Amino acid sequence: MELSGIWKRFPGVVANAGASLTVRTGSIHAVLGENGAGKSTLMNVLAGVYRPDEGVVSVEGIEHRFRAPADALTAGIGMVHQEFRLVPSFTVAENVVLGAASRILRRQAIEDEVAELAERFGLATQPDHPVWQLSMGERQRVEILKALWRDARILILDEPTAVLTPAEADELGVVLRKMADAGRSVIFISHKLHEVTGFCDEATVLRGGRTVAASLRVADTDAGELASLMVGSSPMTTERPPPHPVGDALLEVTGLCALGDRGLPALESVDLKVRAGEIVGIAGVAGNGQRELCQVIAGLRESTAGTVRLAGQDMTGVSPRRLFEAGLGYIPEDRLGVGLAPRLSVIDNSILRTYGEHRRGPFIVSDLAEAHCVDIVERFGVRTGPLDEPMAGLSGGNLQRLLVGRELSGRPRVVVAAQPTRGLDVQGVKAIQDLLVEAREAGAAVLLVSEDLDELLTLTDRLLVMHDGIVVGEFDPITAVRSDIGEAMIGYAAGVGT
Amino acid sequence: MNEASLIGLCAASVSFGALLYLAALGEMVSEKAGILNLGVEGMMAMGAVTGFMTALEFGNPWLALAVAVAAGALTALLHGWFTVVLGAEQVVSGLSLTILGLGLAAYLGKNAVGRPPGAVLAPVDWPVLSDIRWIGPVLFQQSPMVYLSVLVGVVVWFILSRTRTGLALRAAGESASTADAAGHSVVGLRLAAVAVGGGLAGASGAYLTLSLTPQWAEGITAGRGWIAVALVIFGAWKPGRVALGALLFGGTLALKTRLQTFGVDFSPILLSMLPYLLTIGVLVAISIRARNRPSPAPASLGIAYRREER
Repeated sequence: MELSGIWKRFPGVVANAGASLTVRTGSIHAVLGENGAGKSTLMNVLAGVYRPDEGVVSVEGIEHRFRAPADALTAGIGMVHQEFRLVPSFTVAENVVLGAASRILRRQAIEDEVAELAERFGLATQPDHPVWQLSMGERQRVEILKALWRDARILILDEPTAVLTPAEADELGVVLRKMADAGRSVIFISHKLHEVTGFCDEATVLRGGRTVAASLRVADTDAGELASLMVGSSPMTTERPPPHPVGDALLEVTGLCALGDRGLPALESVDLKVRAGEIVGIAGVAGNGQRELCQVIAGLRESTAGTVRLAGQDMTGVSPRRLFEAGLGYIPEDRLGVGLAPRLSVIDNSILRTYGEHRRGPFIVSDLAEAHCVDIVERFGVRTGPLDEPMAGLSGGNLQRLLVGRELSGRPRVVVAAQPTRGLDVQGVKAIQDLLVEAREAGAAVLLVSEDLDELLTLTDRLLVMHDGIVVGEFDPITAVRSDIGEAMIGYAAGVGT
Repeated sequence: MNEASLIGLCAASVSFGALLYLAALGEMVSEKAGILNLGVEGMMAMGAVTGFMTALEFGNPWLALAVAVAAGALTALLHGWFTVVLGAEQVVSGLSLTILGLGLAAYLGKNAVGRPPGAVLAPVDWPVLSDIRWIGPVLFQQSPMVYLSVLVGVVVWFILSRTRTGLALRAAGESASTADAAGHSVVGLRLAAVAVGGGLAGASGAYLTLSLTPQWAEGITAGRGWIAVALVIFGAWKPGRVALGALLFGGTLALKTRLQTFGVDFSPILLSMLPYLLTIGVLVAISIRARNRPSPAPASLGIAYRREER
């Protein structure tokens, strides 16, 4: 399988600038790169989702010009997308056979066939269960089954372990090896180096839409070399900010309980305290209550028990607006859904919190609003087009700077940041991290939720680990052993009940 | 109330039920593929007038039915063009289709108003069955359209739940990007579903002017298209439940004109609200239940699909 000289441009972005990739039959091939390096775009080209502007896709020596995913499937290329392409209301079996079913469907027959296929590759699944009842790991297995059902000889997995627990990720490695041994090729997209060195045979590294290293043998390289290839210069190590004196507890959460979206308990008595001038980190596998915790603190989710105190005042269940006025800055996980309104202008987005201050009578004074926006843009280094145009055209990093700038511009006493650097490029990550440290220096209490353990270990003064809706451990980020934190995250730590 | 009038009520419930069932099945197919078509009333009117005029011209009721189906499907494809191909707002397009269909039907049918029908779909006379007491007159002395609607219901059920095409169609309505990624043409499936929906609405209209009230008058559809739309929700997008709902709603239609003859002092206006009240009740029940499980409504209903959006 070969891809060469692929160019793909999107409005304002060149995602692939002559990228190439060669994959041998029967191997697990890693495609590495930072966020925005063009990995996903390249894979979407290979899977027929995007049409390349230039370049050639060839499978087993035959050149292809895919016009739709169906063409790629016919050529034997199956893709497991980061966002699963599953129909939640269908059963596992129905989802698996969707792309290639017999004309008349016999439920029992297809369920049996799917079960048999699953068994052959060691994928545990229940063919008659509707997909909406399944965990993320189970859904991923359905996706893999779909590709196998179509007899895909080349299986592309786009950051497959992002949604998995470490144990599930290891299981996936075993399944992929079985597939490779059966003569199929696996393309494994990731930016987690230990997985690449753990179970891939070869690796191709992308940077800035170009291939910077093609088909390196994983056995002949190491994580350090791959990392430096990904980043370009030597791997960037953010320095630990110097220690800072702490003051009174500004954010106190006691016995907090809340329900998740499905109506099941997501938080079961969480206690934590963040003092002025410190950053407290929360580590954990996604879906262990971090999201709900942030939402309750920010007034976006009801709690069922417990209290949230801001600077000593009980703020449980008050409106987001009162929380903001009381000095809470909130950087939500879902930037475009909760944090910003993409179709409003940059100015409008910058005053969403403070529009009450830029008005005369019932009218917003555009000069005041613009001045406020310019202030944020300049202080936080947001690169924008015209300020009165829809914000949607900004890049991910600049969107996040605008959001963080808006939340920090009022010098909040407490900052809750949920995954503030996820999906940003290296520079963007650095900029946001610096802003959080600055807020700490200015005496704010910062609660940082992240899935990036390195980030937490570098930035935080104290590190809490959440599992299953409770805080299961506290670590000192300077002395903590990573594997201990990892075990706490999956609930294996001593004294942690599951 | 005597035995004859009770039998008459039951028979009329079945007739009206079949009328609603045909249109509701069509709407259900369209919605299952993800396209909400609020133009049922307009498509029904188009079927009603073209069917009636074809019968006047050629005197063949089956030809008239075929023309009505085609007229309904063509009208629907206008909606399909706007919403499926161009990605327009489905509610706005559907409402426009109702207004357009009603207006165009009135214009086309100007000269047919008050004329006797050129042909009718005469009730079927079943050997033995038609003579059974009670059951005969209610079930076996009906227009062929009643039996056709049952047949269509079974076919729709079979296609949706037991064939590859049905699976793909439901996938297009639940998650269009999934159907696309699986190699199905979302545009093709949705257009086909919208056309089938329109064809069945057209057939329902023709049933009205060729059999139930064999004449043409402006506004003859009298809001029944809207009941069909409500019926789909009431039946939770399942052919069997929609059939039960059709009988129930058909019953209210039949009862409305008979209340006074039965000497019941109940406002027929309140009675005609009943289908909608029941539907709202079902909607409430669905949203209460939806707290911990997905709604029976197709998840992509009303959402246009564009590939390569990022």
